[in-house]
Amino acid sequence: MSTRMVEVRAKVMKQNDLLARALRERFTREGTCVVGLVSSPGSGKTAFLEKLLSGLARDARVAALVGDLATENDAERLRRATPNVRQITTGTVCHLDAQMVDRALESWQLDRIDFLFIENVGNLVCPSSYDLGEELRFVLLSATEGEDKPLKYPTIFNSSDVAIITKMDLADAAEFDLAAARRNIESVRPGMRVLEVSAKTGAGMQAVFDLLHAQLARARHLQTTATR
Amino acid sequence: MHELSIALSMIDQIGEESASRGGLEVEIVHLKLGIFSGVDKEALSFAWKLACEGTPLERSRLVIESIPLVIYCEACGRDRVPPSVYQLSCPDCGTSGQKIVSGREIEVTSLEVLA
Repeated sequence: MSTRMVEVRAKVMKQNDLLARALRERFTREGTCVVGLVSSPGSGKTAFLEKLLSGLARDARVAALVGDLATENDAERLRRATPNVRQITTGTVCHLDAQMVDRALESWQLDRIDFLFIENVGNLVCPSSYDLGEELRFVLLSATEGEDKPLKYPTIFNSSDVAIITKMDLADAAEFDLAAARRNIESVRPGMRVLEVSAKTGAGMQAVFDLLHAQLARARHLQTTATR
Repeated sequence: MHELSIALSMIDQIGEESASRGGLEVEIVHLKLGIFSGVDKEALSFAWKLACEGTPLERSRLVIESIPLVIYCEACGRDRVPPSVYQLSCPDCGTSGQKIVSGREIEVTSLEVLA
């Protein structure tokens, strides 16, 4: 039997990308600064986010969506900092997508939230394919994981905007080579901003707060231009 | 492994394409897959077979064309293939490249259907 060729040109991520774009427009309209967090499991995402939420909550309204395969443990931990925490339980799915974020936001009044954090499932591969509509994406790398992680997972580092090196209090014990880590990040994502923190001691957190406040000011500026 | 999710999205999209053209009997699906897309070619081929079971695409074959990573070199003023996916710089002048031209695509380009 003979066959014929049908041109299609269908982008497989189109549905997700369209929804992510709609979310981004909504965040801009509401003036919410939205930050995604990606990392491997056990890199200290939740401890870092806990510090972010409690630090920012002093003078801003904060909220978080937390992706996890099964448990509510992370959300419970974060609720100590703010009641505005929702868990997205993905079941067996290894990443968040824009639809999950959209659904999780239901009934939240974004115009009453300054900072919204979206903590992805711990995974350095799959989340790189899914835009969630966030304005800024942090990729976390812990000092205990080793400095070659960026080279092993270039797509996730390249799809992120800022690299956060966590657990810096353990850097010496783990013989972490900070210069090599910075070099590797620069290699996969030239020009990427790198911040070093310890959620435990609080070292380096101020630089993250400063960056976030600058980002919020930017979000507010975009809001006025968008609604004008 | 999110390749199964990707395969399911593809099946949905192809189903829509088929419906809008009055129903197609698809033999071969051609996909362009960037090596910087975060999707693994082997895993996707494997997931494809599983995902197609019990669908009109059950007997279809997935043909994947790998698309290399290409960046734009500001210094040379042209598109270049970097030395590797973890070294985004110009192979000639060494300038770091932040602008990705291609290599991220996941796109069904065409279908071979029964005439």
